[in-house]
Amino acid sequence: MSRNIGRNGPLAWLFHGVFTAFIVAPLVVIVLVSFSDKGYISMPFEGASLRWYRAILEAPELVNAFWLSIGLGLGAATVATLVAVPAALAIARYRFIGRDGLTALILSPLMIPHVVLGVAFLRFFSLMGWTGSFVALLLVHALIVVPYSLRLTLAALAGMNLEAELAARSLGASRWTTFRRVLLPLIVPGVAGGWVLAFIQSFDEVTMTIFIATPGTTTLPVALYNRVSLMTDPVTTSVSTVMIVGTVVLMLILDRVVGLDRVLLGKK
Amino acid sequence: MADSFYRPNGAQWALSSPALALFLGLLVVPLALTALLSFSAFHEIHGIQVGHTLGNYLDILSDGYYYELFLRTGAMALGTTAICVLLGVPEAIVLYRMRPMWQGVFFVVILGPLLISVVVRTLGWSILLGREGFINTALMSLGLVDRPLLLMFSMTGVLIALTHVMIPFMIIAVWTSLQKLDGQVEHAARSLGAGPLTTFRRVLLPQLLPGILSGSIIVFTLSASAFATPALIGGRKVKVVTTAIYDEFLTSLDWPLGAAVAVLLLLGILLVVIGSNRFMERKYRQVFA
Amino acid sequence: MSKLSIHGLVKTYAGGFQAVRGLDLEVESGEFISLLGSSGCGKTTTLQMVAGFVEPTAGTVRVDGRDLAGVAPEKRDMGVVFQSYALFPHMTVAQNVAFGLQMRKIRRRELDERVAEALSMVRLSGLESRYPSELSGGQRQRVAIARVLAIRPRVLLLDEPMSNLDAKLRGEMHVELRSLQRRLGITTILVTHDQVEAMTMSDRIAVMAKGGIAELGTPQQIYDRPNSEFAFKFLGLTNELSGQVLSVGNGTASVRVGQACLPWKDAGLPVGKDIRFFLRPERIRLCPIEVARCRASVVTRLFLGGVWFYEVESELGSLRMTVLNAGLAQPQEGEVVGITWNDDDLQLAGAEVGHG
Repeated sequence: MSRNIGRNGPLAWLFHGVFTAFIVAPLVVIVLVSFSDKGYISMPFEGASLRWYRAILEAPELVNAFWLSIGLGLGAATVATLVAVPAALAIARYRFIGRDGLTALILSPLMIPHVVLGVAFLRFFSLMGWTGSFVALLLVHALIVVPYSLRLTLAALAGMNLEAELAARSLGASRWTTFRRVLLPLIVPGVAGGWVLAFIQSFDEVTMTIFIATPGTTTLPVALYNRVSLMTDPVTTSVSTVMIVGTVVLMLILDRVVGLDRVLLGKK
Repeated sequence: MADSFYRPNGAQWALSSPALALFLGLLVVPLALTALLSFSAFHEIHGIQVGHTLGNYLDILSDGYYYELFLRTGAMALGTTAICVLLGVPEAIVLYRMRPMWQGVFFVVILGPLLISVVVRTLGWSILLGREGFINTALMSLGLVDRPLLLMFSMTGVLIALTHVMIPFMIIAVWTSLQKLDGQVEHAARSLGAGPLTTFRRVLLPQLLPGILSGSIIVFTLSASAFATPALIGGRKVKVVTTAIYDEFLTSLDWPLGAAVAVLLLLGILLVVIGSNRFMERKYRQVFA
Repeated sequence: MSKLSIHGLVKTYAGGFQAVRGLDLEVESGEFISLLGSSGCGKTTTLQMVAGFVEPTAGTVRVDGRDLAGVAPEKRDMGVVFQSYALFPHMTVAQNVAFGLQMRKIRRRELDERVAEALSMVRLSGLESRYPSELSGGQRQRVAIARVLAIRPRVLLLDEPMSNLDAKLRGEMHVELRSLQRRLGITTILVTHDQVEAMTMSDRIAVMAKGGIAELGTPQQIYDRPNSEFAFKFLGLTNELSGQVLSVGNGTASVRVGQACLPWKDAGLPVGKDIRFFLRPERIRLCPIEVARCRASVVTRLFLGGVWFYEVESELGSLRMTVLNAGLAQPQEGEVVGITWNDDDLQLAGAEVGHG
């Protein structure tokens, strides 16, 4: 019988421990294996080395894919933000016919299977002669990460009360000045958080990209997928560790800028 | 309510025009073209033919292979959803009951993997699940099994890895319901004479149900459309709709047939989402007005 | 109709914080007692220990002599009305009220009767099939009350139940709940920070501070003649004045306050002693200057409806006073008036408080 109602008992903590182990196990294993000095998948306890990190540098296709993914992520996140912020303002501040439809359209990439998007873009690019174009790849990446940017911007707008804007207007500020001096400073953290989240989602995207990637436009996850689907060698683990570390760093930034709970849980 | 919004004056369309252009040009048009493609015939030598035919859909409907494919995909998605409910709901409650400091730590640990590439997470599972992977090595050295378990290239392995990928979504959805909970209802139920189990069954669970349902919809649809995890863990042994589409497009190059399968997948998922949203709205409109 | 005894109750939280430190309280059968105090005084923790939600670090809670240590909340037979009402949002009004009866395995016919009876007691008949989200705040509170009355609890515990109601509704509920409690004769503990609420409803009030009871008595006792300075300052408004004993003799003393000299009926004070004392605003009266104890000029005059509120500058210093609005002409700001009071109205602060 639990005498402290609403607190976790020992059984709950045990469950939580096992659950947490389940969540971190695959990531911990990757990081450990990446430090092995063997030529096959093994633990580093009988010999650790950094040879698989040096091996990344000797695989130009991975290095190129890394830089391509970085450029793609930066570009896609920026385009997505430029598109999403004005749309978020329209949705949050105006009531109009088609508002719900517009919102649903912009959020729809979250619901449409990425395989279907990949198929659609493959067909579209081949019809338009855009196959292998970095700009085309960047634009469709922007498209699929716009929802993340929109959601965080909308959350930031919902979190601030309209009265601050009305106060600015009644104090004599024009609509544009109100936006620049009152609204924008208040939503900057949300917008910045949306940008980082959009970058991460673009950087990680594999299912859609794999359909339209050409040798010249292979992203890091696609390169990693291709390599893993052939064989699981230790280089895949060192590349993965780099990606894990990069994501953790971005997570810390996100936590600083908007708070991770807000990004992950949609808290206001 | 209307007073708290600016009066529509056309600015709303100016503001949303970049988004509209992007989505109409790069989403609506490509999807429409794909739908059109699914009605084209395909010739093994001459490629895609001009004209419209229902041939691809008839081929799919008359071929047991595709039934099996869709059923297997549905079973995989349903199985993942069930495991996510069974593990995710208790975990969300455990998190809810932690002190704020621990909550912050474990949110990052448990939900953070959402932001890590699916390929990376799946690679981790293929290392753990392989014939000579760490799970089998551990089980063998503990003497719990005498032959390695076939986890790679099996449905079991796919379910384990997919659960890992999807369970944060369930926890987030249940958490949202928990946030709306009046912290005192548990005390109220107990003081009215309900034991801990009755309190959970009759007071807590019914209030978490909307969250569990919306989490289930998310997990089901994302699992049904997952690609990298079933492709890498399941391989050819556990072929699902997404991996079949991939093969159709990049191996056998029968794009029209692949497009038809893709259209069916999209329709199936839309049906599940819209259907369950309707159901939830009807069921909970009165209670959570 | 049960008697509740709390003895030596202590709650220490991990980290050493003592929310309740050695509380003793006897609640007589059918008595309505309030735990009154500001937030953090330990009143809610005390209630939660009585309800069984929080385990005491030390001490006992007894109902009719039976020690409740280790008894789960669902076995205590206490009705708790929560600040948030804690209604079950997925159940209708009737289902909410029936819940406790179902837990007691009451049979269908009796259950229906008792639900109807409880709902009619709080005048909610007809709303059985509504969901809480479809009710007003006041109605929700009535459901919460009906839900505990239905189980006919030995003890009723009210945890700030009125704090989410607007002032007028709160006033009505005070009267209604009090008469319901009298009629049913349920032993009741109310936790509140609202003095008016505690005074209107209670047989006795326990003023709580720092995890203990600072003052216990009937509302009138603790307001007019409290044993502690804390209670005197905590309840209502008061003027705090200080002075020095000038001379003693003939059974009276003379105290200098500001520029004035006040006669003091107690001669037990040493000459030259600095003293502090209190005077309630409603005990100061306007009077013709010839018979006044003191002259004062009006600094601020506020109309509060039922009363006039004054701030006056007198020979004693600045004083606050209230005058009933009896429809008489009132002095203006800046006017000089005479004020007076009874000797008994002066309350000496410190150890001798209570002896005037």
